[in-house]
Amino acid sequence: MQVFTRHTAIAAPLLQDDINTDQIAPVLHGRGLKEDYRAMLFHRARRRDDGSDNPDFVLNKPQFRNAGILVTGQNFGAGSSRESAVWSMLANGIRVIVARSFADIYRENCLQNGVLPIVLAPADADAFTARVIAADGAGPFTVDLVSQRISGPGGDDIAFDIAAADRMRLIEGLDDIGLTLKHMDQIVSWEKGAAAAQPWLQTARDNR
Amino acid sequence: MTQSNAVPKTLFDKIWDFHRVGERADGRELLYIDRHVLHELHAHHGFSHLEKRRRPVHRPDLTFAVQDHTVATKPGRDDDSNPSGAAFLKAMRDGTRRNGIRLFDLGDPEQGISHVVAPELGIVLPGATHAVPDSHASTVGGLGALAFGCGTSEMTHILATQVMALKRPKRLRARLDGRLGPHVGAKDVALRLIAKLGVAGARGHAVEYAGSAIAAMPIEQRMTLCNLNIEMGGRSGFVAPDDATFGWLAGRPYVPQGVLWDRALAHWRTLESDDDAEFDREVALDCSALEPQISWGTDPSQVVGISGRVPDAADVAPSRRAAAESAYAYMGLAPGTPLAGLPIDRVFIGSCTNSRLPDLQVAAAIVRGRRVAPGVTAMVVPGSSSVKREAEAAGLDRVFRDAGFFWGESGCSMCAGGNGDRGAPGERCVSTTNRNFENRQGPKVRTHLASPATAAASAIAGRIADVRQVLAGAA
Ligand code: SF4
Repeated sequence: MQVFTRHTAIAAPLLQDDINTDQIAPVLHGRGLKEDYRAMLFHRARRRDDGSDNPDFVLNKPQFRNAGILVTGQNFGAGSSRESAVWSMLANGIRVIVARSFADIYRENCLQNGVLPIVLAPADADAFTARVIAADGAGPFTVDLVSQRISGPGGDDIAFDIAAADRMRLIEGLDDIGLTLKHMDQIVSWEKGAAAAQPWLQTARDNR
Repeated sequence: MTQSNAVPKTLFDKIWDFHRVGERADGRELLYIDRHVLHELHAHHGFSHLEKRRRPVHRPDLTFAVQDHTVATKPGRDDDSNPSGAAFLKAMRDGTRRNGIRLFDLGDPEQGISHVVAPELGIVLPGATHAVPDSHASTVGGLGALAFGCGTSEMTHILATQVMALKRPKRLRARLDGRLGPHVGAKDVALRLIAKLGVAGARGHAVEYAGSAIAAMPIEQRMTLCNLNIEMGGRSGFVAPDDATFGWLAGRPYVPQGVLWDRALAHWRTLESDDDAEFDREVALDCSALEPQISWGTDPSQVVGISGRVPDAADVAPSRRAAAESAYAYMGLAPGTPLAGLPIDRVFIGSCTNSRLPDLQVAAAIVRGRRVAPGVTAMVVPGSSSVKREAEAAGLDRVFRDAGFFWGESGCSMCAGGNGDRGAPGERCVSTTNRNFENRQGPKVRTHLASPATAAASAIAGRIADVRQVLAGAA
């Protein structure tokens, strides 16, 4: 996983609630296993019916074409567990999502892939959103995970909270499976215990 | 059943605590996963990840795989019937063979949607933990299992370790009481509950569904209810197992047999929340006056009773107004429009929500001796090849075909359109699936979520219909 310490980029406001994974990363048909995650991101919203670019969609506006921070509403990432909804962010250089709240599985998928999900305190969220709108892509914001601060045009630094464990995982780019494999002895001894206490759980056999 | 000397526990706590292997350095709890079911859209990522790092699959014997998302539904299908699925099907076949995982492949008599296949074979057990890289994993909570939907990385993590690294969710009890009226079922209850709590209402929670309406519900309906748990944001959702559960499971191929069954059963009877157990949150819904429900908008909380109208933006919560406005435009519906009577183009009966045998029986009983209205394309896609076989043995396929329905091979089909089964732009579709998101069933398709009964009645009427009126001959 890519390490995350600090990220400086244009912040784009996509101020809607409940943006779901079908909107973030619609299934593109006909590509088989080699999916184009870059093209996938907000594929439908980015295009008009005739296939041309929709100039009104925020990420299509010239000042946000290279945005690397997305600012959005409540319950971001509702819906499917498909990780392509995060991979498509990465493929477009978006490493930070500042939302009012995240859907559980989506937030987890962000942490798995080095994308930083931030939820600000409500007053800070209002202030930050106003600054992002005012900046209108003219200057970048810097999100520093080490000091847990966002800095940028229009005001003072904004502090944000994140669980210490999630922060560590991103900063060190920890291999999640590697972390758990350190517990293999515990896992194997759990299996032995379960085989004695509830043996039906440890075998899954077709009895026909 | 409170043990006087023990701290009262919820059912969630009982299952979680038993399966808790330990705690990781980063504070996450490691939860053992008893049964892991893969599908072809995600599995190949996991297999190639592990192979690159030379990490073996820890418990292939507790892992199962199905081909469901991309499979074609037309009779006589093969790998190439859906060209964009062929590579996924093949990668799944290769990956499961290399890793010694049982695959329910295309052509297997038990192929089908993961959430339908695993319970019907008895791969899911009460009090067991279960994971699927699909957000509707908690369907099998209807049998009293604790199930988690997961992402691709989490799936790979489970393949390598057989555990999930989780933060312990909070506990929510949803009390659903009252007797359901005729032609009202679990789908209607679930849609009403989602409308009440909102699409993020249960976020961070494991939901225990309880109450008299649940006790009276057949197992398949409990699965429908638990299936929709994710649509209100729940992390997991389940119903405590009871005699109906045990009866339903007895004799299924993968359940324990003989003395092991007796032992398991004795344990399963302890699987309930203690009387004084504390939940972090409780919600209640009286189901006795519930009418059939239908969605009008573009998320599963935008729901009204079948006699209802598209709500006015002024009448929805301020935070939901923007969503309502955009839903009017997408759905082509003005506020105040009655749902019943809207002309439709398409009906889909299927998906992990509503494609089990009783769902098809309910629909067939309405369709029998009637015809699909002219101009309506109507499809039934059984949730598994076993369901299909049983339905055919009971003659249901003929009932549907005689009425003008397409009768397909099992798979996800029009739920997400991953196999190419999709509607045409602008079509209005009554669907027994779980998501009415924009473009889900095809670009610009307008999806109305409803029960199999409502879908069947609407196919006959050619418009959104109240099943009770169709059966009374009033429509
Ligand atoms: S039927 Fe739909 S929701 Fe269910 S597993 Fe298939 S695609 Fe997912």
